[in-house]
Amino acid sequence: MGFEIKKESYTGGIKEITIGKGDSAITVGGETCYPFYTFEGDMPNKPIVAMEIWDMEPEDWPEPVMAHFKDVMSDPAAWAKKCVEEFGADAIVVQLKSIDPNDKDASPESAAETVEKVLDAVSVPVIVWGCANPEKDEQVLKVVAEKCQDRNLVLGPVEEKNYKGIGAAAMGYGHTLISSSPIDVNLAKQVNILLENLGMPMDRILVDPTTGGLGYGMEYTYSVMERLAMASLLQGDDKLQFPMINNLGNEVWKCKEAKQTVEEAPVLGDPERRGILMEAVGAVSYLMSGSNIMIMRHPEAIRLVKAFIDGVSD
Amino acid sequence: MALTGIQIFKLLPKTNCKECGVPTCLAFAMNLASGKAELDSCPYVSDEAREQLAEASAPPIRPVAIGKGVREAKTGGETVLHRHEKTFYNPTMFAGIITSDTPVEEVEAKLKVWNALQYERVGFNLRPELAALKDVNGDADAFAALAKLIAETSEFNLVLMSEDEAVISGAVAVAGFKRPLIYAATESNVDAFGKIALDNELPLAVKADSIDGVIALTEKLTEMGLKDLVIDSGSRDLKQALEDQVAIRRAALKDGNKALGFPTIVFPCEMASNLDMEALIAGMFVAKYGGIVVLSDLTTEVMFPLLLERLNIFTDPQRPMTVTEGIFEIGNPDENSPVLVTTNFALTYFIVSGEIEGSKVPAWLLIKDSEGLSVLTAWAAGKFGGDDVGMFVKKCGIMDKVKHTELIIPGYAAAIAGDVEEELPGWTITVGPRESAHLAGFLKAR
Ligand code: B12
Ligand code: SF4
Repeated sequence: MGFEIKKESYTGGIKEITIGKGDSAITVGGETCYPFYTFEGDMPNKPIVAMEIWDMEPEDWPEPVMAHFKDVMSDPAAWAKKCVEEFGADAIVVQLKSIDPNDKDASPESAAETVEKVLDAVSVPVIVWGCANPEKDEQVLKVVAEKCQDRNLVLGPVEEKNYKGIGAAAMGYGHTLISSSPIDVNLAKQVNILLENLGMPMDRILVDPTTGGLGYGMEYTYSVMERLAMASLLQGDDKLQFPMINNLGNEVWKCKEAKQTVEEAPVLGDPERRGILMEAVGAVSYLMSGSNIMIMRHPEAIRLVKAFIDGVSD
Repeated sequence: MALTGIQIFKLLPKTNCKECGVPTCLAFAMNLASGKAELDSCPYVSDEAREQLAEASAPPIRPVAIGKGVREAKTGGETVLHRHEKTFYNPTMFAGIITSDTPVEEVEAKLKVWNALQYERVGFNLRPELAALKDVNGDADAFAALAKLIAETSEFNLVLMSEDEAVISGAVAVAGFKRPLIYAATESNVDAFGKIALDNELPLAVKADSIDGVIALTEKLTEMGLKDLVIDSGSRDLKQALEDQVAIRRAALKDGNKALGFPTIVFPCEMASNLDMEALIAGMFVAKYGGIVVLSDLTTEVMFPLLLERLNIFTDPQRPMTVTEGIFEIGNPDENSPVLVTTNFALTYFIVSGEIEGSKVPAWLLIKDSEGLSVLTAWAAGKFGGDDVGMFVKKCGIMDKVKHTELIIPGYAAAIAGDVEEELPGWTITVGPRESAHLAGFLKAR
């Protein structure tokens, strides 16, 4: 008898979650095996790449990334359009940087207005990412949820401190949530349970395990994602069987080495290519540990990652 | 698979002569089983028993050493499928290809470039370790000359790539001293290649076009007496290659399949049409079980991200990486420069020092030993309390280096401010921002 692979016996699967609305809706998740282990299970929906845009002009983006967006950075709607039309973004993430109380402290209304403009400009799902200040995110995401009623936005990050307000708004106005916790299986589970108890439909949840940058804590996230996948697939833990989303571009491009110029770091070579590969290799690591939605920044890194996903899937 | 005490006992002389230091053979067997004794303490075990015991206690995936000298490294030896189950031990090695028709000057230049691919991080020197010399025309003399050049003049260890017996023996004669990996024994040359590897005590890779083919080869070579083998399952299709890596690792760990209990070698260089895509494929193999990853070239833009990934994946999850306690100077600080304190978790140190560096404000950064925990974790675990932070500031010597008396503590450690103050009478304790992202602004605004 020839060699036969020892197969894993899975007892559960990741839920299929649909984000966006109407023609622009996309379904993620649904896998019944470890990422890309299609020799022993199904992965009906390939992981997708969402591109981030900011609701204010970034000041600290390295020049090689800025170059691709310079013409549209002052206009989130145009920026989003360019990402979809030119760079093939599967979804758009509006990073609400302007609302940070330690920074511009923009109002919920102005944030909602930006989101509406982006929604009208593109026909792909729109994800809205707060500033990770729980109170401010709650205020803002509630208003965004109301203003963009029934568009099935994805709103996050939602944590223990603000799940009630954001949860209620998402339920009332028909949106999906990103349940977020700091690199810990039990904490992840807890936020999901809180949302369930609140009455949030469990087919409108994504999980953000907290994303570390390549060389900056990636290993913690990598392992917690593997453990979340194991708990979901092997132990059939239905409190954890949600697709995962990683806010990667933001982490990678803020690290020192992704920003240094040739003069500052001559041994690291071409700054643009270095950053592209840091982002893309980071994405591959997270794809192998179970990411379903990768939030990325550089068009070339995205092109490479999409080609990789196709190659390892088909 | 480990033997029980009773199973080991059956293999011992059962004379209870006590020479091993314990009263009975059974007691000795129990100690062996629990790792408290060495087999060598019993002078009377038969060779046969010794062999059986060695085999039973052999690791499920053989660690294979490649290279000689300071750069000698091992691949294989892994015991788990997921790093959090224990840890991954032997980091994936990276190799760059040099073809045998490359002019000597070009090879020299390339080795020089490759040798500069070194990065200091978290106390490690990260670098690729292998040059894969690939025979492209059957010219044994040219191949041997380059093998010799690489072995003698560079720090790179070698993979000798040819299926031609004459080419390999020529190179082994001049470069064998550096313990190169021979690549590869195939169905058609296995006897000759097995003999070369056996005679010269070198590691040997096998290449087949399926896992069945691999098993046939490794079984045959094991019978010949070879132990240090490396597996190429032959697939150059991304999806199939992933499946093969998983299949091989699982077979060795879960099924005790000895024929597959070896590290693997994989070839992104033959799976993509450009180096960027090779990098992504290599990234997959770092996570998923590649022992040696061969790239068509080594460039800094590709190596830096891959080495970071490797560092992350192969870090022991049970032992956080630390930096040494002490005073770190950032940007030539003087007696008026600010003094900040944080924990010795390597990640924390890197992030914080990076931000301070980015601020261009020269500063003293004090690193307090907190057993490798982040600020909040250390505080919650009682390793970054007010008393010990204060005490540490006193004894670390910073007071001789600055004239002022202000200490900046992490925003997340605001709760310890009072206790630190008590420990450092006359000092002002300033609570810094919580997130280091705001450190630069905070320092510049002062
Ligand atoms: C990973 C993690 C762990 C890992 C440890 C990893 C490690 N090496 O530290 C493990 C799983 C071991 C762990 C254990 C525990 N953890 Co824990 N852990 C975390 C987690 C998820 C991330 C920590 C981390 O790595 N942060 C990244 C590093 C870089 O952050 P940092 O060191 O704080 O540095 C930042 C800032 O502080 C700032 N900064 C740093 N230095 C300086 C200096 C100055 C001057 C300034 C201005 C700024 C500054 O810059 C950095 C970047 O912004 C946090 C949650 C979270 N998101 O913080 C919980 C967290 C820290 N843990 C927590 C707890 C309670 C624990 C345990 C006590 C749990 C338990 N009951 O056993 C144990 C204690 C450890 C022990 N006894 O061994 C709590 C602490 C709660 C509190 N406020 O007290 C947290 C916040 C989780 C929570 N919300 O409950 N943990
Ligand atoms: S030395 Fe060997 S034979 Fe003698 S008691 Fe110990 S185990 Fe038994």
